[in-house]
Amino acid sequence: MPFTMPNLRPVMPEITMTIIAVIMLMAELVIKRKETLAFMTILTAGLLSFTLVGSMGTTFGGMFISDGYSTFFKLIFIVNMILTVLISSRYLETLRINFGEYYSLILFSTLGMMIMASAGDIIVLYLGLELMALSTYVLAGFIRYDVRSNEAAMKYLLLGAFASAILLYGTAMIYGLTGTTNLRDIASYIAANNISGNPMLILSMVMFAVAFSFKIAAVPFHMWAPDAYEGAPTPVTAFMSVGPKAAGFAVMGRVFLVAFGSARMDWAAVLIPISILTMAVGNIVALSQTNIKRMLAYSSIAHAGYMMVGIISGTPDSLASVLNYMLIYAFMNIGAFGVITMLRTEKFRGEDITDFEGLAKTHPMAAALMLIFMFSLTGIPPTAGFMGKFYLFMSAISAGYTWLVIVAVLFSAISAYFYLRIVMLMYMKEPRKAVELNATSGIGLALAVTAAAVLFIGIMPSMFVNMARVAVAGF
Amino acid sequence: MEQNINNALGFPILSMLIFLPLAGAAFILFIKRENVQAVRSVALLTSIVAFLLSLPLFTAFDKTTYMMQFVEKHAWIPYLNMNYHLGLDGISVLFVLLSTLVTILCVLISWESVKNKTKEFFISLLVMESAMIGVFCSLDMMLFYVFWEAMLIPMYLLIGVWGGPNRVYAAVKFFLYTLVGSVLMLVGIIVLYLYAGRTFNILELMTKAYPYKMQLILFWAFFAAFAVKVPMFPVHTWLPDAHTEAPTAGSVILAAVLIKMGAYGFLRFSMPFLPDASRAMTPVMLALSVIAIIYGGVICLAQTDLKRLIAYSSVSHMGFVTLGIFALNIQGMEGGILQMLNHGIVTGALFLSVGIIYDRTHTRVIADYGGVASVMPVYASLFILFTFASIGLPATNGFVGEFLILLGGFKASQWAGVLSASGIIIGAGYMLWLYQRVFFMEVSPKVEGLPDLNMRELMALMPMVILILWIGIYPNTFLSFMHPSVQHLLDRVNGSGGPVVASNIIAEILR
Repeated sequence: MPFTMPNLRPVMPEITMTIIAVIMLMAELVIKRKETLAFMTILTAGLLSFTLVGSMGTTFGGMFISDGYSTFFKLIFIVNMILTVLISSRYLETLRINFGEYYSLILFSTLGMMIMASAGDIIVLYLGLELMALSTYVLAGFIRYDVRSNEAAMKYLLLGAFASAILLYGTAMIYGLTGTTNLRDIASYIAANNISGNPMLILSMVMFAVAFSFKIAAVPFHMWAPDAYEGAPTPVTAFMSVGPKAAGFAVMGRVFLVAFGSARMDWAAVLIPISILTMAVGNIVALSQTNIKRMLAYSSIAHAGYMMVGIISGTPDSLASVLNYMLIYAFMNIGAFGVITMLRTEKFRGEDITDFEGLAKTHPMAAALMLIFMFSLTGIPPTAGFMGKFYLFMSAISAGYTWLVIVAVLFSAISAYFYLRIVMLMYMKEPRKAVELNATSGIGLALAVTAAAVLFIGIMPSMFVNMARVAVAGF
Repeated sequence: MEQNINNALGFPILSMLIFLPLAGAAFILFIKRENVQAVRSVALLTSIVAFLLSLPLFTAFDKTTYMMQFVEKHAWIPYLNMNYHLGLDGISVLFVLLSTLVTILCVLISWESVKNKTKEFFISLLVMESAMIGVFCSLDMMLFYVFWEAMLIPMYLLIGVWGGPNRVYAAVKFFLYTLVGSVLMLVGIIVLYLYAGRTFNILELMTKAYPYKMQLILFWAFFAAFAVKVPMFPVHTWLPDAHTEAPTAGSVILAAVLIKMGAYGFLRFSMPFLPDASRAMTPVMLALSVIAIIYGGVICLAQTDLKRLIAYSSVSHMGFVTLGIFALNIQGMEGGILQMLNHGIVTGALFLSVGIIYDRTHTRVIADYGGVASVMPVYASLFILFTFASIGLPATNGFVGEFLILLGGFKASQWAGVLSASGIIIGAGYMLWLYQRVFFMEVSPKVEGLPDLNMRELMALMPMVILILWIGIYPNTFLSFMHPSVQHLLDRVNGSGGPVVASNIIAEILR
């Protein structure tokens, strides 16, 4: 059989990324200044966005798809990567875990996410997912001497392994039923043989729903998230709360809307209760948290619930709104974690919510930034969080899920309480502890970018909404 | 149907009004924290310029038409058909003026009393002004919602940071109450938008006909947002806390402008969008209004805290406003709108006065006072005017408003008219009793030797005095703004759909 070279253009960003990640891994041996590595990582991201342009196409016999949808998600991953690296370096130094592998792991994890977003086949999806997950497990346990960090990695690994296994079960079943693992072929098989409602198909959809729910931390598969978020180094928590979640939604959109598109009623019936539970547990349990990283973990669970509403609605508009929301969420969440990162010094954890007491008095700028992020996470205009929620809910109502949106807005009103509590502590209490800010120009830049993005998207969301719409146009 | 007339002035006055306070706030951001004098000077200057800038609205307003004036329209999010669309009609124009005026007074009254985080205080105040003006000017539903919600942030901070001892509880309660109401309205807005063919344009939404059942559901969705803001019985409980704990400027803004927005929302959105439901729900709304009038008044009699008493009197007075509005006739509605202004002026003035004396004594307990009239005669004479205006004595603005409302209310429902009239008597009871306890009787040790009003405080109260007498003696200056707009609104509410008999309504609900 003659071997023909597959079209490599669509996969060019991933190839670039792999090469650089490997080079970085070796360069770490000779480069002693870790800031150089951080800088190289950011350069890589820049280079990557360059190769993304003009990478459109499908290759490897439909196993790898580079379209607007995947490109948009890759953009989120790049944003996530750059911002994480910016807030990382000082934190790693403070905790004396400034190892060069950190940056290669971030690169590999991002690479995994990119592959997931482009997966046209469940096998490729699985490959990407494992690459992402394995790198993130290591990152979560990066503070080797800290028991909590070890616990985070262990829990994340064990439950992640479960999720992977369940995903493989689902894959096996769908393969047994349709004889293929290609998403489009599965879709056409289901449509052609009219088997929606088939118990095997439903079982396999349930398996997929469970596996993805693990990844996006949806209830009742969220148990790992609070512990992992709390124990992991704060910049990694920021990274984990956006990247894997976005990647999870990317594959969720592809698998459910493409492969199982014709069986939408069946999987919607599975996802609707998950989504409601996720919003409920996320928002209600967050009310009683005293550790801010745990609180944001529950908040990120809740946000996954909102975004699931968009997937359930299943229209191009609602998918675009999920993309848009994910991007906004990346900015506001990493911004919030950036502020938390600054509070960490050698002796001071800065993770208890009471550590924020009186911050407005001692560090007015940091408090003002945190205020913006908290209001944005609540979804109060004129911040981006509001525009994201608005577009999301509007597209869901127009798809006929008004009652689900009412549930969502009520839970989002509940969420105001715990986000506002941080604002309240910062502005309405007197400082009790001496909090020093461990700021660098990197963190400053990251916070400036995220705050500006949150306000800009909040006031002029047009550009991003259009981008998201264009992205799903060819979906 | 053409509903806009172009801006007769040569400049975008509404945008300038919205963005001027923001610019002032941004400027303050760059002033050094220690330089308190510069901070408050900039705030005062900004608020005065904004007020002067808003005066052309008063003079150049065309009183012969119901159409929107000073209109500006720019695309905002074209894909969703959201526009930056501003304009004023006879219902909203006076509230913009009230907002700009009240802000000046708030700056004046906070001049010395706000000592901590002065910079943030004045930034919040100016941002608040922008959002308030934005709410009254918006002709795009989403733009309105953005301003409406954006108001929560500075108000939350004003109450929570610079308020009294129990401020955090009050601030959170205020925020959550309003937010829950607002998000339900948001869902309602989106439903309207989709039904009306993807438009947020208020003027277009007003001309569409919606199915009755949908109107009913949406009416309650909007009710959730507006009734909380008014506040109507039984969702009024945030108000006494917020009013009592807020700093003087916060109380004044709450009383004078913020709670007007609820009633304004009913007039601007609920009624013209959902005329059939509004008509059908009139008995409920009238009943709630009467309950608020009497219940609010009776509770006032039992208050021991100055600010709390005035706060509950707001509940009673706003009951009059909603009564007038939902009487659905021209007297009631004009009276309601005028009473909104009156209440803003009078209650604003009362809170300013309480703030003035609180700055001296640092107590709000009524029992701590007594004999203030002999210590501060000028203050006492102004306060009695505000008391009379609050009760609704002839020659004060309160009389005109309440008279019109009772007239309209009586036409709509005799029971409502009779019962609410008793609210005035209760009002006279608690206000005069308050005056007696604070200003007459023996001079309490706490008020001995207090200085009378200084020039700055007098300047802050004077505009209110003038307005109380002006509206009381010649209300037509202000009523004339409203006639065409109110008539137009009533035509829409009473003219759409034809009469709905009760059995139809019940059948529709059960179906």
